[in-house]
Amino acid sequence: MRLYWIALAVAAVAAVFAPTVLYPVFLMKALCFALFACAFNLLLGYVGLLSFGHAAFFGFAAYATGHAAKVWGWNPEFAVLAGTAVATGLGLAFGALAIRRQGIYFAMITLALAQMVYFFSLQAPFTHGEDGIQAIPRGELFGLFDLRNTETMYFFVLAVFAGGLWLIWRTVHSPFGQVLKAIRENEQRAVSLGYKVDHYKLTAFVMSAALSGLAGSVKALVFQLASLTDVHWHTSGEVVLMTLLGGMGTVLGPVVGAFLVVTVQNYFATFGAWVTIIQGVIFVVVVLLFRRGIVGELNALWLRLRRRSVPAATTPPAAARPGVEPAAHEPPPRKRRVGEGS
Amino acid sequence: MSDDFIVETRELTKEFKGFVAVRDVSLRVRRGTIHAMIGPNGAGKTTCFNLITKFLAPSKGRILFKGRDITAARPADIARMGMVRSFQISAVFPHLTVLENVRVALQRKLSNSFHFWRSDRTLARLNEQALGLIEAVGLSEFPAVPAAELPYGRKRALEIATTLALDPEMLLLDEPMAGMGREDIERISALIRKVAANRTVLMVEHNLSVVADLSDTITVLQRGEVLAEGPYETVSRNPEVIEAYMGTGHA
Repeated sequence: MRLYWIALAVAAVAAVFAPTVLYPVFLMKALCFALFACAFNLLLGYVGLLSFGHAAFFGFAAYATGHAAKVWGWNPEFAVLAGTAVATGLGLAFGALAIRRQGIYFAMITLALAQMVYFFSLQAPFTHGEDGIQAIPRGELFGLFDLRNTETMYFFVLAVFAGGLWLIWRTVHSPFGQVLKAIRENEQRAVSLGYKVDHYKLTAFVMSAALSGLAGSVKALVFQLASLTDVHWHTSGEVVLMTLLGGMGTVLGPVVGAFLVVTVQNYFATFGAWVTIIQGVIFVVVVLLFRRGIVGELNALWLRLRRRSVPAATTPPAAARPGVEPAAHEPPPRKRRVGEGS
Repeated sequence: MSDDFIVETRELTKEFKGFVAVRDVSLRVRRGTIHAMIGPNGAGKTTCFNLITKFLAPSKGRILFKGRDITAARPADIARMGMVRSFQISAVFPHLTVLENVRVALQRKLSNSFHFWRSDRTLARLNEQALGLIEAVGLSEFPAVPAAELPYGRKRALEIATTLALDPEMLLLDEPMAGMGREDIERISALIRKVAANRTVLMVEHNLSVVADLSDTITVLQRGEVLAEGPYETVSRNPEVIEAYMGTGHA
């Protein structure tokens, strides 16, 4: 446990000093996508539902935020809230329709609904079609912090990211999260124990949509742009990629995955079209070598080392200590194929 | 009448696209007994089971539980009313530990299951009760072991502990001994007898010695219909039953 706090402290220090070393806009982009991937993973990793339409929440929230900030002149905090609220409502509608199906059908329904949002965004006047909403003003947060200052903006993004990640961590390690894991592991059994699984799945879906929306809203302020790219199905695919690379069903995996993908996109941008190919190669290598994703494999390695380092003779069987949680802080990622609902 | 019989089905019928899996089955399970359903493969035992627990909707007929019509109820509602089922394939949560498996069942009654803002440490107060159940099924050495790592017989024991955590009035066990070795069968038999002391049990089972040993009443199904019903001594002497089932099955 102490190790976790040390790691957390190191991460916090690194996050504070990172913009002095790295390009702040790159960091902000990575943080937005990291939050997006974590929100997506709440659904894939902890409920076992593969959504292929999460770009709709991310991208449409960006439009809502952009419109509220630019046309209505709302303060950034309210613009971000507006975007998140729109994504939440959209999530409720999508979820209510999609949640009854599983596996590939669930993925297809979410994809179809997201495509509807895409074509709506292409046609609706307020989104400005191919141009998108440009020059979105960042404004002053609470009327106090001028977000036009890149450093201030960075800390705002960092705070939103930390808050979102905390909420996800809290949810996963809560009584609610425990039921979600039970549903992921064996839905029929959860039903037979008297759980109305649809209610739990819908709640998780809406939370995931809301947090994806939050990520999209903040991203709109960072780039001062809300465009069709954000609602395009490529973005839905990218978030799947980030989550699988990092390790689904781990809290930090999607963060690692998002940083990796954004890094490849930014720093290898000079390779032009090769970026997509590099991404593909990385994906193939990770899937072949680390099926649990990067963080998933590290977790498994850590567990193995711990088991080996504790000689069996000196400790009572782990079992003999009632109430002691198993060593894993994350459930061991399952070796099942993506797309299998239950 | 409904005081005596905890579950009653009236002319229960289930058709699958022209194939009648269960036809006009009127079953009455007396409160406080162990009632077994037997029959050759394809006799409709599991279909019957799924109908009663609402995992399937009947084409025709009614189902009463404690005198209430539950024909239109949903599976989760049935569980809340006190009728909990097991599955043919062992139904545990593989990556949760033994303790967590049982605790998930206990947790439902806390009504904090939507509390995503709370720590799961709030569930620790269920540990004592959970460990008691785990001990009752002989798993007290394994509470921190992931369920997936248990051998088969112990998984079934865990499943029973999880089911008992709901303290159901009625237990439905779908082939509790399927795929078990002799030693496990004895342990689980003893367990079923123990938990049936103040409950009603309806089970589907292939192992006839288990059925003979445990059950008060046996219903024999064949091709979706009730062939005979009664205590083992009566049923096992019924010539129709001997012809249809015992003749080959009991040898």
